[in-house]
Amino acid sequence: MTASPVLELRDLHKVFPLRGTFGRVRGEVRAVDGVSLSIPKGQVYGLAGESGSGKSTIARMIMGLTRPTGGDILLDGVSILGRQASLAHRRKVQMVFQNPGASLNPRRTVGQSIRVPLDAHGFPGNRQRRVAALLEMVQLPRHFAERYPHELSGGQKQRVAIARALAVEPRLLVLDEPTSALDVSVQARIIELLEDLGGELGLTYLFISHDLSLMRNFAQTVGVLYRGRIVETGAVAQVFGAPQHDYTRLLLASVPVISAEEEAMRPAIPLINGEIPTAEDLLALRQQARSKERQA
Amino acid sequence: MRTDAEQHALSNAWQNWFRFSRNPTAVIGAVIVVVCVLLAILAPYITPYPDHVGAVVDFRNRHQPPSAAHWFGTDNVGRDIFTRVIFGLRISLILAVVVLGVAIPIGVILGLLAGYFGGWVETVIMRITDIALAIPPLVMALAVAAVLSPSLVNSMLAIALLWWTWHTRLIYSITRQLRTQEFVEAAETLGASRRHILFREILPNCVSAIAVKTSLDAGFVILIGAALSFLGLGIQPPTPDLGTMVAQGASFLPDYWWQSLLPGSAILILALGFNLLGDGLRDLFDVEDVR
Repeated sequence: MTASPVLELRDLHKVFPLRGTFGRVRGEVRAVDGVSLSIPKGQVYGLAGESGSGKSTIARMIMGLTRPTGGDILLDGVSILGRQASLAHRRKVQMVFQNPGASLNPRRTVGQSIRVPLDAHGFPGNRQRRVAALLEMVQLPRHFAERYPHELSGGQKQRVAIARALAVEPRLLVLDEPTSALDVSVQARIIELLEDLGGELGLTYLFISHDLSLMRNFAQTVGVLYRGRIVETGAVAQVFGAPQHDYTRLLLASVPVISAEEEAMRPAIPLINGEIPTAEDLLALRQQARSKERQA
Repeated sequence: MRTDAEQHALSNAWQNWFRFSRNPTAVIGAVIVVVCVLLAILAPYITPYPDHVGAVVDFRNRHQPPSAAHWFGTDNVGRDIFTRVIFGLRISLILAVVVLGVAIPIGVILGLLAGYFGGWVETVIMRITDIALAIPPLVMALAVAAVLSPSLVNSMLAIALLWWTWHTRLIYSITRQLRTQEFVEAAETLGASRRHILFREILPNCVSAIAVKTSLDAGFVILIGAALSFLGLGIQPPTPDLGTMVAQGASFLPDYWWQSLLPGSAILILALGFNLLGDGLRDLFDVEDVR
């Protein structure tokens, strides 16, 4: 395949300076530390990692909310980091935020919120009809356009957020923990909707989550992020079936399981004093093992 | 579809009214304000002595105490004080409307700009605001009245020149909080213009705070306007103004107490009404950062 991937990250860095009193730089946090990945058209790429691993920072950089301190972001082979990243180019990527309660303006109706991108990008044709069509697309009745967010359930709000993100027909949808603020029963239905829409519209997804069981069902490729680096990447079956990195094993072991079958799939991890070790413990053990090898 | 929307709007309005009507402070404040506004608007039709607004002299009826014919008594030239008080309400209310009508748009826009853009825009706007805040409005009004001439327009100008600062501060702090909200970031990623974000996303979330502040402000502006008139720097006689009436009546205290005490009470009640209404709205909208 010669077509360029929909999204490509090249050695992406983001360093936040830590400031003390009077704005003096005391140190730095490497939130994203050399991340490279590429997502071909129509794929669902799952980015897994615990909070603080840099997942959301990557999403924000792709959306242009935060500027990277190094590396490049390419959409359809074109960098979006130039000063003149055009509106037409920006609309190729849209985002669904984590908390639908916060990502919809409480003072604006659903219809007004969905119209924002239509107005901003000068959508030709009847915009009111387009809003109704978008609501239908996410399986909401069209009279919801007149409602305010507080009159909707969490799942309905997230559907509205998805409709709004799809309004300008993006190629890539960044899903930043789109289901973590929702009820478990609602989560599955949102994922189903996203799968259906993905097939229908030929969308490409960057799915960011810490929920590995969701990821196993939804993504084709996963990258495991730890402290701003991708420590393991590959097809879902491969990474989750035979994890190579200790951190991946730890993540998998932390997924609560119900059936004995699932229990059997859990990777074995070394226990420390009979307890599940933290990521720091594991990495420390690993370093010890390596230095022993080197000495031997 | 339209009916559904209307029903929603109706039920929201009904809920708000229900919550409002259960708040005694707010209701008392609202009643005072509405009664004062009605008295001011309908003044010529309420009083039997509409000509007493001007330079009428009726020496036979001078210094009459309150009675059925003259509810608030008469002044030193025999004019009906009740008539002059309700016409005086007009001046006070116009003063409040004009001052706030000029000050609030300026203050709100500067606050939005400073809060949203940050950086040097914030530094410039907020430091100018701090400087303006350091000048007491009464002193500023005295200075303007001294340089120009004492008149209603000049005193309104002087107060409006300083009043925007409070609104700038308030809107600035709200905007700072809202700027990092997801719905603002969502609008940014959707390609919305800055004007859209400032006036359609952020401003609607400031409206309740502005309403509370405006109501509280109206009381203060009226008090300052009355103080200026009392000092002879505001409205000039014979136009009836509450502050001027208090000042003129003061020379006949304590014998003819009604001449200054009753117009003074009118100022007090009007300012109190706006303050109660503001406090009530604050509870209703649940906004905290408004003084």
